[in-house]
Amino acid sequence: MLLSSTSLPLPATVAGVFWQACLTGQLPYHLGITLLRLIASFAIAMPLGCAIGILLGRNKKLDAFFDNWLILFLNVPALVTIILCYVWFGLIEAAAIFAVVANKLPNVIITIREGSRALDQDLLDMARSYHFSKRKTLVHVIWPQLYPFVMAATRSGLALIWKIILVVELLGRSNGMGYQLHLFFQLFDVASILAYTIAFVAIIQLLEMALLKPLDIQARRWRR
Amino acid sequence: MTTININIRNKRYPQATVISDFRLALNAGEFVCLLGPSGCGKTTLLNCLSGLDTSYEGEVLLGEKHTHPKIGYIFQNPRLLPWRTVRENIQLVLDQQQTPDSLDALLDAMHLLEVQHQYPERLSLGMSRRVAIIRAFAINPDILLMDEPFVSLDAPTARQVRELLLQLWQQRPHTVLFVTHDLREAIAMADRLVFLSANPMQVVCEVPVPYSRAQRQDETLLEDFRMQLKSQYPELKDLL
Repeated sequence: MLLSSTSLPLPATVAGVFWQACLTGQLPYHLGITLLRLIASFAIAMPLGCAIGILLGRNKKLDAFFDNWLILFLNVPALVTIILCYVWFGLIEAAAIFAVVANKLPNVIITIREGSRALDQDLLDMARSYHFSKRKTLVHVIWPQLYPFVMAATRSGLALIWKIILVVELLGRSNGMGYQLHLFFQLFDVASILAYTIAFVAIIQLLEMALLKPLDIQARRWRR
Repeated sequence: MTTININIRNKRYPQATVISDFRLALNAGEFVCLLGPSGCGKTTLLNCLSGLDTSYEGEVLLGEKHTHPKIGYIFQNPRLLPWRTVRENIQLVLDQQQTPDSLDALLDAMHLLEVQHQYPERLSLGMSRRVAIIRAFAINPDILLMDEPFVSLDAPTARQVRELLLQLWQQRPHTVLFVTHDLREAIAMADRLVFLSANPMQVVCEVPVPYSRAQRQDETLLEDFRMQLKSQYPELKDLL
């Protein structure tokens, strides 16, 4: 039963389905929609999370106050946030994006907060005694130290956002990868599910190789 | 040139008082060495002077009132930004408008011209210390604070860096407060030695060094002076 061609299709079959979906424009369209949602929620969650993370890392009082809240939000199941967003704001695009951001934000905050706690006080003192401006301190002293943490938040963030966006689409959108996968599930169309998954993984690999890796190499050039 | 007047009544950390009733005045252009046991609070004092630490009772007066003399601070560790090259590290402390014509000359004088585009992690400790010294000199300081800048250098390197530093200082004199626990080093460099006690830190005694810079090339003269100090101030034997 498991080996039957519908539940475990041959690679050739999957490739055929993939090609067909590309030709009809179905796959590029839904993948594109999901990518747009990814970019939108990433563009909101990262800067916001970095700003809050730095603030909490550098300010003990704020950190003590928000610490429990942060743990709470970090552990609220994604599904709960998504359902609540749809119930409160309606089945609209903004609610979908907000749900993804709300899920991702605590993650970014925690990673960046650890980074800004670990900032080298000696170097900060040096910057202060030589009267570095705020901007100079941020660009030349703080950012290079936070960079590895931002990269970690980016990588884990992309993976997390992908996963959450699909659930968001499955529950309340009429396009995107999540919506399509839901459709294929109802039709038991495993070949299509695999074809979409491959497209998905390929995009992430492309991002990693074309963007993240070169950025990493650039940032590590000073290391021995 | 800038005078320094220090009057710190009390500086404490949660567990203990570090400095109490500490008074010291430096003339403009004077080179003063602070000598004291390690952990007695010398670095804390320099932090108070540089403005990094403001939580003390008393006052520190640098120059005339309401002036802001430029302070070059050479820390115990070089504290270079590892992700910026040697040259970038120095340029960062300068204002954007300043064109560092003299920077090449400084790099050349410290034998660092060849490594100016390298990252600090590839430098030896002696080189890193020299970069830190240039960084402090590059801003044309009115006051120079130095916190054991030659510690953990081997003797020849320390001597070389020390001579380079004295050369620079003689080219553009400014008031210097130099912290060390090496008496030989102090005698070779300072106009005046200030001996400190620990727990809390206070001035024990002050001794002027009566030799010109040229006379100090003579090692035996300095060694005699050290012996003379030893017999003259038996209470300082821990420091000497």
